[in-house]
Amino acid sequence: MLAEEVYYRGHEGEAIQAYLARPLGEGPFGTVIVIHHMPGWDAGIMEITRKIAHHGYIAISPNLYTRYGTGDPDEVAAVARAGGGTPDATFVGDMAGAAEHLRLLPTCNGKVGIIGFCSGGRHAVLAASRLNDLDAAVDCWGGRVIAAPEQLDESHPVAPIDLTPQLAVPLLGIFGNDDRSPTPEQVDQHEAELKQHGKTYEFHRYDGAGHGFFSVNRPAYRPEQATAAWGEIFKWFERYLSA
Amino acid sequence: MCTWIVERTPVSGSGKGPNGWFKVSQANVYYDHPYHAPLDHALIIDFVETPDEVGNRVAVELSEESARRLVTSILAALESGVDGHAVHVEAAAG
Repeated sequence: MLAEEVYYRGHEGEAIQAYLARPLGEGPFGTVIVIHHMPGWDAGIMEITRKIAHHGYIAISPNLYTRYGTGDPDEVAAVARAGGGTPDATFVGDMAGAAEHLRLLPTCNGKVGIIGFCSGGRHAVLAASRLNDLDAAVDCWGGRVIAAPEQLDESHPVAPIDLTPQLAVPLLGIFGNDDRSPTPEQVDQHEAELKQHGKTYEFHRYDGAGHGFFSVNRPAYRPEQATAAWGEIFKWFERYLSA
Repeated sequence: MCTWIVERTPVSGSGKGPNGWFKVSQANVYYDHPYHAPLDHALIIDFVETPDEVGNRVAVELSEESARRLVTSILAALESGVDGHAVHVEAAAG
């Protein structure tokens, strides 16, 4: 495996910093865009990026806060948070650029998936609804897929659930039943919407797990549930991203 | 949690960061996933001079319980300190 920092062209042609991990060899390999959570482009998301590459996929984790700076990720995240973060339209443009970058890699098989965690889970649903050339999406406990009107603003004008009719990508959802964002009721509501519109999806919900139960460095970590859920994720990738 | 909810409070004073002392003009306060503390959620405070300047801040990530204790301590210190200094000022004036 080779892991390195790269840059690619994102929304409006801006250079976006990213962490790319890829298996060595000719492939061809499926590819995955890996979206970090609100605290930023941290060591945890890079470990996950390498984990996905270890399983045979080219994985890229864009730094969604590149426009705020490319220094220490925690410092950049502090400024990004205070500044309101990345607008949804900019995010979608950055994902289109990431997908294009991946498809141009010589060992890519042409398939591009996306996975995100926490706020990144919402981002994954958003990208899967706004872009029509992705092949698979995974939402890990994305909060605010359902949003009250007062939770929407100029940068985040639409709740992703309202884009369900446009969803063009098979969607896998991973949720803890003790989570409060999203609550099990919100997951029910999202699932009902997907069913109503005849979308391809699978939701897996885990008892005894709450928000962020993959985080090995936090009390929320649930090894049994996390291991089972990672198994579902790699089955999903195998089904939709293999050559 | 992962929300964009940030309480921004104007403050006046100084903080000591990686490059030494600097003027602080704003505290950004939020309760969310921390970057470093091994907690699911933390009360996070960033003291900054210029909100869009990267790298010049004093940051803390505190457990909910310790953040609440800190609030009590700040108020207690202010109360006793201000009272004590007020007496001192009056005594000096007299």
